[in-house]
Amino acid sequence: MDDHRLESMIGQLLRAGVLLAAATVLGGGVLYLVRHHADPVRFHTFIAGGSDLRSVSGIVGAAAHGNSAAIMQVGLLLLILTPIVRVAVAVVGFLLERDRLYTVVSLIVLVILMFSLIHAS
Amino acid sequence: MTALEFTLIVFALSTLAGFLGALTGLGGGVVVVPALTLALGVDMKYAIGASLVSVIATSSGAAAAYVREGFSNIRIGMFLEIATTIGAIAGALLAGRVSTHALAIVFGLVLAQAAYMSFKGLTGHDKIVESDKLALKLRLGSDYPVDGQRQKYGVRNVPAGFATMFGAGALSGLLGIGSGAVKVIAMDSIMRIPFKVSTTTSNFMIGVTAAASAGLYLERGYIDPRVAMPVMLGVLIGALLGAKVLVFARVKTLRIVFGVVILALAVEMIVNGITGKV
Repeated sequence: MDDHRLESMIGQLLRAGVLLAAATVLGGGVLYLVRHHADPVRFHTFIAGGSDLRSVSGIVGAAAHGNSAAIMQVGLLLLILTPIVRVAVAVVGFLLERDRLYTVVSLIVLVILMFSLIHAS
Repeated sequence: MTALEFTLIVFALSTLAGFLGALTGLGGGVVVVPALTLALGVDMKYAIGASLVSVIATSSGAAAAYVREGFSNIRIGMFLEIATTIGAIAGALLAGRVSTHALAIVFGLVLAQAAYMSFKGLTGHDKIVESDKLALKLRLGSDYPVDGQRQKYGVRNVPAGFATMFGAGALSGLLGIGSGAVKVIAMDSIMRIPFKVSTTTSNFMIGVTAAASAGLYLERGYIDPRVAMPVMLGVLIGALLGAKVLVFARVKTLRIVFGVVILALAVEMIVNGITGKV
């Protein structure tokens, strides 16, 4: 395992993650438009929506019940996860390279990212 | 407006934003937010939430192509991501405390700077430097392909670059943008990293930086899928098209046109922020 192979692996992984996320968002989006295309929408004033779109467990639960907005949100959640998985893969990669310094560096980044995500769950 | 009309208009605007963002190298976020707020009257918090998500999509989507070329430097990227992610969380926390008017004014100022960059062109030096002591210790130097050969390069001024990266992260978390231009300045101008390495590494870092504030955005409800869905899909498709066209586009003319548009948006954002319309 060298840096270039590691990076190229990470690059492929990121692209796969984005494609999966985009497909999920698109699927949820089509369902949303089929059901709600004639609904009036206004986003002029910010109102924080219900918890089923604002926490990981809420999103997954609502999506399982076929809520189209929640399915789109699952896709967006997958998208947010791709760079986090990228950092996690880098931790393992540096560990395999026996690069102690950069294993620690990427672990620090991972912990910071988890902080934000745990906030949301 | 019906949900269908809103989705289609936002999708069209976002595709255009992603296309122009890729062609000029400034990213789609800086255009999407003013387009949504000024043209459709969408609250800035929804706009920055949707923009942040699209930033992750374009950064991650383009990463595979950049990596193949062998320019990006994963060590520099990872090390500086410590600064950008902490900055991003600080920025996202701040975004929840300041008024929408203040956000609009700050956004306008960032747009003005982007307009300036667009006129001037994102160009940098390619002078190779030797690594200083700290950069050697962190093993930040590497090599990159120049005319088919591997050219070694060094890195300098790590503390100043690190501090600037914190600022780039904070702007990203505050405004839902990638702030790639600031990242490039930090690496190219301050740390003396070759331009091509700086831009590709910056692109790699943008997604991780944005992911750091995304959890906080989600929890606060800034990411509304009804707004984010057409933005994310539009910007992603626009960016992919832009990258394809980039090879034979007349980038210079385009940059000036784009600069004028952004400058107009900047003025409008600032005026609307001051008069309290946004």
